[in-house]
Amino acid sequence: MLSRVANSLYWMSRYIERSDNSARIVDVNLQLILDHRNLNSQQLAAHWLPIIQATGDEADFHRLYSEANAQSVTEYLVFDTKNTNSIVSSIAQARENARMVRDQLTTDIWEELNRLYLFLHSPQARESWDTNPFDFLQQVKAGSLMLQGLADATIPHNEGWLFLQAGKFIERADMTSRILDVRYQTLPEKGVPQTISHTEALEWAAILHSCSAWDAYKSIHGAEVHPRLVAEFLMLSDDFPRSIRFCVERLNRALRRVSGVSDGRFCNDAEKLAGRLVAQLQFGTIDEIFILSGLHKYIDDLQIALIDVGNALFNAYIFQPFHNLEAEILVQQEQQQQ
Amino acid sequence: MGTVLGGYDPNGYFDEMSPAPGKFRKSYEAFAQRFSQFTAEDFEERRHAVDLAFLRQGITFNVYGDSAGTEKIFPFDLMPRIISSAEWEYLERGLVQRITALNLFLHDVYHEQRILKDGVIPSFFVLSAKHFRREFVNFQVPKDIYIHICGTDLIRGGDGQWMVLEDNGRCPSGVSYVLENRRAMKRTFPAMFESVGVRPVDQYPQELLKTLQYIAPSGVADPTVVVLTPGAYNSAYFEHTYLARQMGIEIVEGRDLVVRDARVFMRTTKGLQPVHVIYRRVDDDFIDPTVFRRDSMLGVPGLVNAYRSGNVSLANSIGTGIADDKVMYYFVPRMIKYYLDQDPIIPNVPTYLASEEADRKYMLENLDKLVIKAANESGGYGMLMGPQATKEERERFRGAIEKDPRNYIGQPMINLSTHPTHVGDGKFEPRHIDFRPYILYGEKTVIIPGGLTRVALRKGSLVVNSSQGGGSKDSWVLFGDE
Repeated sequence: MLSRVANSLYWMSRYIERSDNSARIVDVNLQLILDHRNLNSQQLAAHWLPIIQATGDEADFHRLYSEANAQSVTEYLVFDTKNTNSIVSSIAQARENARMVRDQLTTDIWEELNRLYLFLHSPQARESWDTNPFDFLQQVKAGSLMLQGLADATIPHNEGWLFLQAGKFIERADMTSRILDVRYQTLPEKGVPQTISHTEALEWAAILHSCSAWDAYKSIHGAEVHPRLVAEFLMLSDDFPRSIRFCVERLNRALRRVSGVSDGRFCNDAEKLAGRLVAQLQFGTIDEIFILSGLHKYIDDLQIALIDVGNALFNAYIFQPFHNLEAEILVQQEQQQQ
Repeated sequence: MGTVLGGYDPNGYFDEMSPAPGKFRKSYEAFAQRFSQFTAEDFEERRHAVDLAFLRQGITFNVYGDSAGTEKIFPFDLMPRIISSAEWEYLERGLVQRITALNLFLHDVYHEQRILKDGVIPSFFVLSAKHFRREFVNFQVPKDIYIHICGTDLIRGGDGQWMVLEDNGRCPSGVSYVLENRRAMKRTFPAMFESVGVRPVDQYPQELLKTLQYIAPSGVADPTVVVLTPGAYNSAYFEHTYLARQMGIEIVEGRDLVVRDARVFMRTTKGLQPVHVIYRRVDDDFIDPTVFRRDSMLGVPGLVNAYRSGNVSLANSIGTGIADDKVMYYFVPRMIKYYLDQDPIIPNVPTYLASEEADRKYMLENLDKLVIKAANESGGYGMLMGPQATKEERERFRGAIEKDPRNYIGQPMINLSTHPTHVGDGKFEPRHIDFRPYILYGEKTVIIPGGLTRVALRKGSLVVNSSQGGGSKDSWVLFGDE
């Protein structure tokens, strides 16, 4: 498979997953705010600002908006094309990548992605958002899930599909970690958190809802919401499809199927780093995480590790030290002299 | 008469369907009979569905210099143009004759130059042509084929006579619309195809692939063929991916290819893989920065050297642009006579050469009646439509002709034939059309029965280019004559 094509598939998949997660974050927090009445602007900022911080775009946000409130934060996360990670931007970039590799995608995928893109750029999108934001976000989530379903159901599970998988799971692992990190400021820097207030419990429940994890969590832990249990579930669960461990395992599996190298060995840095990360999550415990490094620090390191895997993947399969046109011209002139 | 075509009036033009109000040519009778069963509402409903489908599928072209809505759908008119089998047979003969002569001409000017030495074409015109590639004189192209894929523009004038308007022997585009238009028509009017008897066109991708495989370097048993595109921002990008997908081959950009030891490879996730045939949709000028334009980011450094070494084949070959120089067009009838000893089956449009004293005088005196064309422009650019032009435009062309007569030709304004075309609310009016069939020249010459009919959607307009308000129609070649 062409390296450029693998790259486009990988990024298309990442952007689709990103739009889905952004929609989840906005959705849950809009719902949550309905439970709190009469918040002043400071309290509102305290609610919304951490969401921007979690996405890692705080500086960018402040350049564009003076105040963090429902209006500005949702605008930034949903429609703002100056934010390269907004839902509208993510789908536009997913489509741009898809356009580069139209021939690799089924008509079903292309048409659905194109439909979603055209919808988000139509006046109807704004209308839908203004009348009922939850319906609107549902449409975005449904669109993303539809695309992922189509990718699984309509294209051969060959190398290209493995790059789609790698993109989806690396992005999901990252986004889950960001969603989980939203309320870190209410936690002690290190150590297992103790009792929490009712409001805090609602906020942690919102984190579960953001990851569609509420039902799965409840079936294991009942209705008791506690940061330690929530973090354990979203980080270390081996069978919940949005937990970080689950995603990293799938990412690792996709990488190994591309190269054909078995578990326990590696043939490039991407496999080495992904393998280490899998081991760390498989053999880690939540109490160690809270006590030894603290949740926020642990998540920070994890995000850096994921970036490293992404870069290593790029170096192994996509980037070949070529793209210097001037240098290439010189090489050719040398060769033609002989 | 039926509901949707009732009251259609060709307004005195040569109309493809109606010789006179209420009358139908034989080839249109079966169609018109069935089409008349639709009401205006039926038609509107179907038309709307097709427009939506095209937009949804992204069957679009990019418009240069328009950043807001850079993708547009190529407007598609649901009323098909119909060609009887006798008429098609005539066109086929004429097109085969023409492509054969053009390929012989290209071989000749890049080798012996007999046609120049015999004084049939003045050497000056060939040697001064912008697309004449001196670097390829005496180079043996694979299988001695220069133009593998040709899109020839045909028109019919006021008396219904078919004429060749131009030969596109570099990277003719539009064939994807032929295939997609047909798909849309089949979905929209399924019953019609069976009862009218329309020859299929969907074998084109297989035929194209065969043509490309035929020129593979000798000794390569299972050649890797790729489509080389300038990239996603090119106006015909949709077509490039479409053809690659239909042929089941890779579509590559210049940066995906690398040349080592005069062999071409593509960069893949498993390392470098050899490439043997390139269907390139990149012009000569941009194909290799070490040979042609140094600033080209679209090309592949070393590609021309690999081509010269015989390790990779290109379609179309380098240097074919000389054959679709508009001045060379003037000489095509002479080429046919010289190489084949035949008269042209499909004539040229009468043409004046600005570099001939008498012709130039006539052109300059009649700028308000003629169409003036620059020799090396395409897509409706570099063209003066005399009767419609403003005084300033005419003066600008006057200056240009006097300054550089080699690069201008003049032709009388042809009143292109018209075709019933939907103008809204289920109503049909005559609009001017042309026709571009696609010719594949490989082991044998194959022309798919059909082509791209372009239509000038503005009332009275004679410009059919997509960049200037043109649309397209499906073109039906019938199994029989009615």
